[in-house]
This record gives sequence, structure tokens and C-alpha cells, in this order.
Amino acid sequence: MVMSTATQPDLFARVNANKERLDAHVREIVQWHFNPETGCPFWLNWAQEAGWDPRKEVSSYEDLAKFGNFSDDELRGGPVRRWIPKGLAHRPAYVFETGGSTGLPKSRVQMDDFRIDYENFSETLPDESFPKGSDWLMLGPSGPRRLRLAVEHLAQHRGGIAFSVDLDPRWVIKLIKRGQLQEAELYKQHCVDQALTILRSHEVKCMFTTPKLLEALCEKINLEKVGVKGVFCGGTEMTPQFHRFAVEELLGPNVYFAPTYGNTLMGLATHRAPEPKDNWAIIYYPPCPRALLEVVDFDDATKVVGYGETGRVRLTTLTKETFIPRFLERDECEREAPCDQYPWDGVRNVRPFSRFQKSVVEGVY
Amino acid sequence: MLHLPILRYGKPYRSVDVSTAIHYRTRQPYVEISQANVGLIRRDLLQQHEAAAILQGFTTRELIVMAGKASGYFLNDDLPQSPQEFVESVSATTGLPWVMVRRNMDKIAGVLASMETVLMGLTRLPALDMLDTGRGEMDGRALSFFPRGNSMGVILPSNSPGVHSLWAPAIALKTPLILKPGSSEPWTPYRIIQAYIKAGVPAEVFGYYPTSHAGGAEVLRGTGRGMLFGDVAAAKAWSGDPRIEIHGPGYSKIILADDGAANWDKYLDLMVDSVANNSGRSCVNCSSIWTTGNGRELAQALAERLAKIKPTSEEDPHAAVAPLANPDVAKRISAMVDSELDADAEDLCAKVRGSERVAVYEGCTYLLPSVIHVSSKEHAMANREFGYPHVSVVQVEPHELPHCLGPTLVCTALTNDTKLHQRLLANPHIGRLNLGAISTMKISWDQPHEGNLFDHLYSRRAFQAVPELVG
Repeated sequence: MVMSTATQPDLFARVNANKERLDAHVREIVQWHFNPETGCPFWLNWAQEAGWDPRKEVSSYEDLAKFGNFSDDELRGGPVRRWIPKGLAHRPAYVFETGGSTGLPKSRVQMDDFRIDYENFSETLPDESFPKGSDWLMLGPSGPRRLRLAVEHLAQHRGGIAFSVDLDPRWVIKLIKRGQLQEAELYKQHCVDQALTILRSHEVKCMFTTPKLLEALCEKINLEKVGVKGVFCGGTEMTPQFHRFAVEELLGPNVYFAPTYGNTLMGLATHRAPEPKDNWAIIYYPPCPRALLEVVDFDDATKVVGYGETGRVRLTTLTKETFIPRFLERDECEREAPCDQYPWDGVRNVRPFSRFQKSVVEGVY
Repeated sequence: MLHLPILRYGKPYRSVDVSTAIHYRTRQPYVEISQANVGLIRRDLLQQHEAAAILQGFTTRELIVMAGKASGYFLNDDLPQSPQEFVESVSATTGLPWVMVRRNMDKIAGVLASMETVLMGLTRLPALDMLDTGRGEMDGRALSFFPRGNSMGVILPSNSPGVHSLWAPAIALKTPLILKPGSSEPWTPYRIIQAYIKAGVPAEVFGYYPTSHAGGAEVLRGTGRGMLFGDVAAAKAWSGDPRIEIHGPGYSKIILADDGAANWDKYLDLMVDSVANNSGRSCVNCSSIWTTGNGRELAQALAERLAKIKPTSEEDPHAAVAPLANPDVAKRISAMVDSELDADAEDLCAKVRGSERVAVYEGCTYLLPSVIHVSSKEHAMANREFGYPHVSVVQVEPHELPHCLGPTLVCTALTNDTKLHQRLLANPHIGRLNLGAISTMKISWDQPHEGNLFDHLYSRRAFQAVPELVG
């Protein structure tokens, strides 16, 4: 299936305008990261070893192909200070880690990116479902997760306070790997119990949670009846059927469901408002130009697939705090055409990469 | 394309997620099956007690009558598929020839029709109305029973429809069913449910959830009692859970002690039927023959008989072997067998036939029978099961029987040796013992099979009562 981006003249123009904005952003970010005054040790060393100066040779998004594909092993282990740009060395830094479900976690050092990403995301949330000034429940991972602080900042940015729970997803993964499924279930209930205590004793109107925890929570409580108006959900795969199930049965018509796709490296891709023709497909758009998602051929990662075609997700992160060009994610999906709201490429029905032999244990998170 | 929905306590639900089963011959998609997400199953299981209460509202007698009517509907009515459409559908996605599908239909219909006999056999109660009152007397002693769960979750296989006769009595035992059908045999459980509903059983007591492995695990985790049909790996995963009755490979056997071995040729027909009936797909098919004499001659004669089995059309009323829906599976199984053959394990059937075990006929891939003559009971091929007409013939010393047999779902013993009978009766690894010339395939419905469904679903409690309860 091939879809045209130029279905409407004004959309075509907006896609082109966005492309120009993206290229300018790429130039700015590359200048920053490869300038000896502002760049981080990792990329400055990389450029020295590579023998070419990206500041001279990269002038557009397509030119990032010259970097090849980024290996996520570079992000595992220390020293994490190799990732701090000199231009931001004076700022307080946070270190966030990925799930740890595939071995040594990947780290990302940040100063403000998580705040910026979630302030941008905040703009996509409807105020009637996520009322300004209302309080939030963060029923998701605690510990070294970006999500924990990011959701709290989102709540604060919207004038609210975020309640949170203790939740260690790595413990759940260990339980599952050991075959202690009953213990894993009990731990999930322990997390849900914490959430129930909060929901029953505070006036919470908005929340973040993961698909599995949403299911478990809704077995115990009617979120609409306790006053929840909007649920922002993410962290693990969501199928179209789950999307439908969440909207039709877990939440009902009066609680807004905002599925998201994100991770510590990218930030947050927001979903396009569902349309009947989508048949509950979940369509995400990355926060361009700060991060881009492409869908590449399974066998030739240099080749972007056509619209509607299936391929592997490739992420590029372009902020002053983090530069990660062309990182192949552990996910696959269909490539989605730009739309009015997002005049750049999106991704449809993201799911775990089917060609990976080793299964990833996701646990409750 | 045909579509099979999920049944959520009887209500059809079309999922956004679907799987497709292909036609074994055309390799084209044949049926689309709605897939239940795990959360949907969990959510539905919260209502188990309501379904159980519905069945408690019927007497056992009423449910037995409904099972009898369901038997007729299952065999003869449009549900909504006509019987012939059903036969063709099962054949399309499993490869079973029509004659075998019909044989399995008869088996299931037989269980439904003789539900009273089945329940009497399972419960051994003098009167089935004790299941309604929960109490009664037997030989002057008080008895009381209670259901051990609100429903039974069943993970079903794809190999052959006959196994569905094992869980079908649960309804008459007032236990709602939560079924996860096999990915390529979704037809039979769906038809049994429709037959029961047409016979008057409320639709609300049936859950039908085609789903992933994770969804299947949720079915077993979330129901009070469970039943699992699967391979060794699947069975192992749940082996420590006393709520789950596991139906793995059967390793069913025929044994011949000296007297039987001396007259082995009298039992050749019985051996052929035990090995090859239903194309060797059942757990009650004989997968090894253990004899104290004439092993080589017996194996040779059996090989000559089984080598006559040839692929034929699915419509052939004499079809004796089924193609595999997935040709790669046939090749993998055959390679596995070959890898274990050596000077001490020889496939005599292949030798007689003069052709490979894997055969292609009209574009379909078959596994033709194998008879492996094994010279030692320790050999890896002595006690294997592969799901096609495959049998090992092993010669052992008389004193080695029955300890050398290992777990055995059905054991047919061809001997008059009463001492061996006693040893067999005392052996805890034999699920069903046939003394005399009884095919391993022959099931007596007044006997428990692979565990007793009544004992699985009900437990006995201590009970006392005086005539005047309150003074």
C-alpha cells in the first residue's frame, strides 16, 4: 500500500515547511554537539576517530546517514559524564535508565529535556479531560526512571500535584524469569493497592499508568466514579484490541484515553485522535524536530519503507542535551503518512520486533 | 472469509486482533479467528460466579436431558454450520480426512448422548440427584460434595477433535466452561457450545476465548479448575499446580508376555488399530509395543501391514492417514526420527515401503507410518510419541515388565499371567489398564479417562446432620 503525503495542497506545503525547519534544527544540534566548546566528550572523541567533521558535512536530516546506525551498547555503563555537553556542564544533571529488561540498562543524562518533552506533550492533552489545576496519580515505575519525574513535572506544569507509588519493575522481571508468576501477580496487586488508597483518599482527576496496571486497577475500581477524567497510558506495547478494550470497557465514554509511545531515549510520541477508519489502530507522531521516528526495511536499515508498509522503528534524538542519530529500536510498526496535526512521518501499531529470537520480559511495566 | 468470534459468556464479540488458520491443501487463509486480549479474559473471569449460579439453577437430570438433545444437534443440525460444512472445516485446518472427523463427531455425540452413564461412571454415586442437593447417603453413610471452583478453564489442542469429549461432561456437572480453542481446530468446541445452547443450556455459561499463550495462561490462572492439553513443555509449565489436570503425550502401550508373544499374530489387527486409528494423532494411540518374545517377527509383520497405508483424498471413506497442516512440521518430525535411528533402532516400515516417511500427495505432506524395531529398552526410540502412526517394538525380559514402561496413559496387556496382572494393577504409572484384546483406542465412557472429571471438579466434605436441625 502506498499513500501519498500530498493529498491536500496545504498539507504538502506544511510538510515541506516542516522539512526546512527540521534541517535547520539538525544543523543547529550538530553544530552544538561537535563544537569543542559545547559538545560532549563522547561525540567529540567520536568525530576525532571518525576523521570527519559533522559540522561541515551535515546540513540536512538526510545527511545524518553519514553516521550509520547508532549502537545502543554505547549507552550502557559508565562513565555517564561522557554524555554531558560542555555547554551544559554547569547545569544540575539527572541520570535516567531504561528498563533493564535486556541486561545492563542504557543511561541518558538530562538536565531539562524531560521537562521540555512533557511540556510539549501537555499541549496535546485536552483540558476538559486533563483539567488544569487538578491532581494526578502516577501509577508507573519509580526509581531511576525518567517517567517518574516527567509525569510529576507534567502535573506541576498543568498546575497540579502528582501522587505516586513505589513500583520496581526490575523486581517483577526477576520474578517472571524465575517462574514465580504468583509472586509477580501479588506484587502487581501491591502496586494497585497503593493506587486505590490514593484514589479513594484524594481528589485525583488525571493519571498515568501502563496497560497492564490499567487493567488490574479497573478490576478493582470504576475510574469514572472516583472522578478520573483522563488517563495517559504508555510504557509497553498497546495493540489495537487493547485500545478498543480500554476505551469501551475499562474506561467508558467519559474518561479520555491518551495512548503514548515513548522511552527514555526518545521522549514521548503522542497519538493522533482516533478515527473510525483506523479500526482502533494506534497512530503515534514523534515530537519533531526534537525526535524523529522512521520505519526502515528489516533487511536493509538504510532504506525507509513506503507508507503503510511494515518495518523496524529507527529513532533519532536531536536535542542540545542528547544527540542519538539513527538508533534501531526493538520495535516494528507500519509507516504512517503526515497529517494536518503532525506534518511529518508517524508510526502505526508499534509492537515488539518480531525477528528478535530472545523474548523480552516486560513485567508490569 | 469465515470468521469465528470470541464468546463472552455466550455473547459473540468480534475482536480487532485476529489470527488466520490456513487450508492445509491450498495454503490459503481459510478462517479468521477473533483473538481475545489478556485483559478482556481477566475482566470476564470476574463474572465466573454468576455463570456458576446459573447452572446451579438446573437439576442434573435436566442437564443430562439437554446433553442428550445436544448430541443430536451436534451431529445433525446447522449450528450455524451444517454437519458437512463442519466436517470440511475441521478437515481444512487440521488435515484430518472427513471419515476421521466424522468418527470423532460420533465419539463426542456418544458422550453427550450417554451423559447419565458417563456421570454414573465418574461419580459412582447411587443417585445423581446428590449433585443437586449436595448431600446424600451411600450404604447408610452420609456423603456431601462441593464444587471446587466456579468454572473450568480448558486449553485445547489442535490435533484431533476427539479430546473434546473429555471436558464436555462438565456442563452436566454444573461447571461453566472457559475454553481456549487450538489455533487450527477452533471448530469443535464452538460447535459443542452451539449444540448445548440449542438444547437449552444458557449461553452465559460458556466462554470461548481464542487467544495467545499469555491469554491461555490467564484462563488457567483465573479459573478455579483447569485442564491443559499440550506437549511436554506446556505440561511441565503447569505440572506443579494441583488445580490443573494435565493431558500431555500418552505413551500408550501394548504389552505381550510369554503367552501373548507366542501368539502375537492373533493380535495384529488390534495392534494396527491401536497404532494407526485416527492417523496416530491421539494420546490413546499405541506408540510402543513391549514383548517378551518374537519381537523382530512381530515388528516385521506390523510393518508390512502399516506400509500399506497410503495417502488418499480427504473424501475417501477409507482414508487412513492425515496430512499435516504444516509441511515443515512433517519434515522436522521425520528428521527427528531419523536422527535417532541407528544399528539398534531400524524403521522396518520404511524398508518394506521402499520410500521415504515424508510423502507428498496432491500437494499435501504426509508422515507415513513407521515401525521401529528397537533392540534395547534403554534406546532413545524405545518410548517415543510423535503424533502420526509411529510405533516402537521392544523386546524385554519378563521380569522387566511393567517397571520398564514408565508413564503410560493406556496399557493393553495380552497375557493370562495373573502375577503380571497384579503387578500391572499395582503400577501407579498406568492410567487405564485393558486386560485382554482391547484396542488402546477403545474408551469405555463409564470409566474415568485421564483423571476423573468429577474428582477434578468436586471435593468431598465431612458431613453430619440430625433429623431435627433446630429444636
